[in-house]
Amino acid sequence: MTDKRKAVALISGGLDSMLAAKVMLEQGIHVEGINFFTGFCVEGHTHAIRRQDAAKPKRNNALWVAEQLGIKLHIVDVIEEYKDVVLNPRHGYGAHLNPCLDCKIFMVGKALEWIDAHGFDFIITGEVIGQRPMSQRKDTMPVVARESGAEDRLLRPLCAQNLPPTLPEREGWIDRGQLYGFSGRSRKPQMALAAQFGFTEYAQPAGGCCFLTDEQYAVKLTDLWAARGERRYELDDIMLLKVGRHLRPRPNFKLIIGREEGENHFLEGYRKQFVHLHAVDFEGPLALVDGQADAADLELAARLVCRYGKGRDAEQVRVRITDLQGDSRIVAVTPLSPADVPQAWYV
Amino acid sequence: MSEHELDARNLLCPLPVIRTQDAIRQLQPGDRLRVHCTDPGALHDIPTWCRIHGHGVGDIVQQGRDITITVEVAAGES
Repeated sequence: MTDKRKAVALISGGLDSMLAAKVMLEQGIHVEGINFFTGFCVEGHTHAIRRQDAAKPKRNNALWVAEQLGIKLHIVDVIEEYKDVVLNPRHGYGAHLNPCLDCKIFMVGKALEWIDAHGFDFIITGEVIGQRPMSQRKDTMPVVARESGAEDRLLRPLCAQNLPPTLPEREGWIDRGQLYGFSGRSRKPQMALAAQFGFTEYAQPAGGCCFLTDEQYAVKLTDLWAARGERRYELDDIMLLKVGRHLRPRPNFKLIIGREEGENHFLEGYRKQFVHLHAVDFEGPLALVDGQADAADLELAARLVCRYGKGRDAEQVRVRITDLQGDSRIVAVTPLSPADVPQAWYV
Repeated sequence: MSEHELDARNLLCPLPVIRTQDAIRQLQPGDRLRVHCTDPGALHDIPTWCRIHGHGVGDIVQQGRDITITVEVAAGES
């Protein structure tokens, strides 16, 4: 009797990877999930931070999917290694800063390392030919298999019948006849299969799962690199791009201004790393100063911060400015009016 | 059996889950890990991770924005 064959499934939290894993479970394969945290993942961070979103469900969809399937999920921190994918994508970017093809190659490559380390036999993904314009095309499927090093140990159960047989199919570990031949952007085949499996709840299909596909986010990241004069980032940088209003009144500094209580709380966690400001006599936002700001810059920043607080119509507002040593001083300023804030300042 | 603490405050999910997962790999069956976090998503995600990996979930205490989740490490799980 042979041992049960083992596959690791790339679980994004969306419907396709959920279905792909289920198809393998139905064939008696031992499946465990793997999910990579790049720092750019859209996993309800904004909802988790913003108080106005407190009632919205906050769950990691990949974990939720794993529990529905009854499989383990291993979440792997790839933040550092992923930087090279973002900064130097060999296959270029999609519409914004999304290096989708390089990302898929990277993730399948990491999954390959994982299966080799854990004695698993093959990798499965929820990819469907034609589903995504950059990374899920008939001509890019072999590129992912080849450049990741996974070769024929990479199986896409949802579109396998449109692709050459892989190792698990050739070896008879699984029945190719019970795999699928989905293609194109239509979601109907996946929804029908979900219904067949009795999945009545799943994350919104084909939704974006990466901030790098978001136009506004890409603009903020590009601005960050331009201001620093080099293309690099740390995790805190990319998390802060998800939070608050970002205004750059001068090339040498940017303000990150909380939009509501939850964001202010989140920004408080960064007070030791940034010069920060907040109004003293009126309720208002906390603002972090990113960059080098001199006294005149900080006065301008103070006037700008007041514009978003309850003292916006006051003649003068006192603002506390705290430096990186924790020393603070108070300045009295006149809040800027909306007309004084050029649209070009908004990043 | 020993008691351990993990500070995952000001981290957003899934980082508290990842830190919990990494910490548990270093612990022994029967150990207890108290995870301190502030992301409300952890209220769902850490217990879910524990359930799918077979670890126990003890007290969950929420005081204001501070959340403490006690994980009971099971044998033979990772």
